[in-house]
Amino acid sequence: MRTSLIEKTDGENSARIGVYVCRCGLNIARTVDCEKVARNISGMENVLISKEITYACSEPGQMEIKDDIREHGLNRIVVASCSPRLHEPTFRRMMLQADLNSYMLEMANLREQCSWVHMQEPLDATAKAEDLVRMSVSRVHLLRPLYEETIPLIKKTLVIGGGVAGIQAALDLADNGYEVMLVEKSASIGGTMAQLDKTFPTMDCSI
Amino acid sequence: MADAGRHPKITLHTMSEVAGVSGYVGNFTVKIVKRSRFVDEKACTSCGECAKVCPVVFPDEFNMGLSSRKAVYIPFPQAVPSAYVINMNECMGRGCSKCLDVCDKKCIHFHMSDEEIQVKVGSIVVATGLDPYDPREMDEYGYTRFENVITSLELERLINAGGPTRGEIIRPKDRKHPQSIGFIQCVGSRSKRKGGQYCSNICCMNTVKNSLVLKEHDPDMEIMVFYTDIRAFGKGFEDLYSRSRSLGVQYVRGLPGSVEEMSDGSMRVAVENTATGRIEFHDLDMLVLSIGMKPSSSTRKIQEMLGLQLTSDGFFLEAHPKLQPVDAATRGIFYAGCAEGPKDIKESVTQGSAAAARAIRLMHRGMVTTEPITSEVIEEFCKSCGKCAEVCPYNAIAVDVKKKTPAVVNSAACAGCGTCAAECAFNAIVMNHFTDDQILSQVDTLLAQKAEEKILTFACNWCSYAGADFAGVSRLQYPANVRLIRTMCSGRVDEKFIWHAFENGAPVVLVSGCHIGDCHYIDANHWTEKRIARVRKKMEKKGIRPERLQLAWISAAEGVRFAGVMNEMEALRRTVTKEEIQETINLLKGKESHENSDA
Repeated sequence: MRTSLIEKTDGENSARIGVYVCRCGLNIARTVDCEKVARNISGMENVLISKEITYACSEPGQMEIKDDIREHGLNRIVVASCSPRLHEPTFRRMMLQADLNSYMLEMANLREQCSWVHMQEPLDATAKAEDLVRMSVSRVHLLRPLYEETIPLIKKTLVIGGGVAGIQAALDLADNGYEVMLVEKSASIGGTMAQLDKTFPTMDCSI
Repeated sequence: MADAGRHPKITLHTMSEVAGVSGYVGNFTVKIVKRSRFVDEKACTSCGECAKVCPVVFPDEFNMGLSSRKAVYIPFPQAVPSAYVINMNECMGRGCSKCLDVCDKKCIHFHMSDEEIQVKVGSIVVATGLDPYDPREMDEYGYTRFENVITSLELERLINAGGPTRGEIIRPKDRKHPQSIGFIQCVGSRSKRKGGQYCSNICCMNTVKNSLVLKEHDPDMEIMVFYTDIRAFGKGFEDLYSRSRSLGVQYVRGLPGSVEEMSDGSMRVAVENTATGRIEFHDLDMLVLSIGMKPSSSTRKIQEMLGLQLTSDGFFLEAHPKLQPVDAATRGIFYAGCAEGPKDIKESVTQGSAAAARAIRLMHRGMVTTEPITSEVIEEFCKSCGKCAEVCPYNAIAVDVKKKTPAVVNSAACAGCGTCAAECAFNAIVMNHFTDDQILSQVDTLLAQKAEEKILTFACNWCSYAGADFAGVSRLQYPANVRLIRTMCSGRVDEKFIWHAFENGAPVVLVSGCHIGDCHYIDANHWTEKRIARVRKKMEKKGIRPERLQLAWISAAEGVRFAGVMNEMEALRRTVTKEEIQETINLLKGKESHENSDA
């Protein structure tokens, strides 16, 4: 793995930022010059570490970030990889494991919203990737630790629809000891399945 | 079915519909409307005496209208609950009351009224199923014109031992036993013109199954299947298909072009056999349309009530197509069965079990952690105007406008859309994790270099941002100068973000969110719509071209639309000259007070 690791002394600002530009195998790296992005970001204020990484989400990838957090006292992390809709929970867990607040994390979406949608324009995609990471670094400076609240939950499930799927869900829940309310709009449960004669592939009856 | 009816942990409400849902994961409050059955379902022993004396006759829906039932009836013999029901629109009412007289148990009550039930639950499984495709719009096969053209669901009832003919197969027109039957596949499926573009999954195997059942009834029956592709992909499916072929069922590759009725009531089918390239004519006693599946008619209502997303086919959209196939994007809501997409019984059962397991995984601790992405009031800035409480879709903010006490946010009820923060004219609300300074810093960085080339797009987490991800997964290409800023809801996009962008050289700004009616935060995007209209009016007054600010509704399934909108934005951006941008900057920099002119 090529890295551009630049150490800095702690300035007046207490932010100590680590930036990880994920290659995602070749998913990102085929289009975006990840090494260049990491290098250009390393000059930004309070960025102690900026490097590319093969698979940030993998066990070794997370381990590397966690090691850096411990070694360099990082307190804010930018992971530039895929959509936060996919891996934000993964990296939030990683933050907790490294004793950081899980909301001190920011993701830049270099895969779904960059490398995969600008496949023919590697230069523009790289420029965009750099912009997206810069935006994330600006934002990560201003993030504040947040704490999740734990609230009581009602151990009861509403199942809407009394066809075969609803019946199965209701039975499994009920057999596990959960209260179920099964709501069906017609006068009987059974749904479309009840109307069928035999059913494939075993040719047995539906009811 | 019977197990579900008598399980001590399951409360069954038939003839019931969900009328409203409020709350959040772990603590949903559900309003259910239970329509009156007019028969006491606990007391009824389904002896059937009432139906014997009822003088009103109607087509039996369960048998697809192939038999009749009375106004008081049991949907089918094995119904759960095993109780009769009166259709009051059909019943002659008090003038007749014959059923009342014969019911020993006295369980018929004409005065019964609809009930409203309220329950609190921790999780919800959406298993709203399917509607069979209605082939009346596809008249080239003659379903509306010829009696001997029936649907596959009608055939199910005809071949069922408990059906209207006790399982004897007859054709509707003359009740004669058909010597030959043709099946037409993909009716309402895989068509760009009528029905759905998707494959309904079950119709191929359903026809294969029916061909075997028919061969069992009558080994000499001639059976032809007109198909586009036979999709026998599941476990045990190929075996069944081979058996059908070995029994002499003929599979003809090609869908009929026309169907005519002959004088003896048989059907003449004209079809291009695409395997041989020849036009063939086949005379068959009866035709069966292998109908596909449509999303259930209740899908829209449930979707709006729960703030869920749909695919372009109209089925519910899962949180992730591979990794979270039964989770809705909204925490605490799960999908099972055909509500999520066409599937067979085995897959429906599998998904039902999966949904139950996911719900148990959520509920077993008896506690749920909530995201701290909620809003907070800065009391010293609050003027108690009440705007935040007015716009909150969850009624999570309390303000006493008369006493002038500062607003209070109920963080458990707050879902985190940020509309309050965007609408507050006094900067008195902080939307955690999506604060003004956090978002403005992204805008500043984005516009720091070559601002005139950038397309700034605000995208809501649930629809537009997900739509952009979908464009990515689909490898749809669009201009590389697009930059997205994610907010949880488009309702978060404050007027000042837009002014700030234009003041700092943005050529164009796009605000994108869920379609009206699809908002993940009930109706927060109504406020987005109003706000954008307001800003555009102000732009016009100031002499800034209002079309430089665009609003687009893009759903999570609309990757193609996302890419299309981005291309349109690029075309628009090209119309904005450097001079025009500079003029706007000068104009806005000259008037610093606009930020507080929200209200």
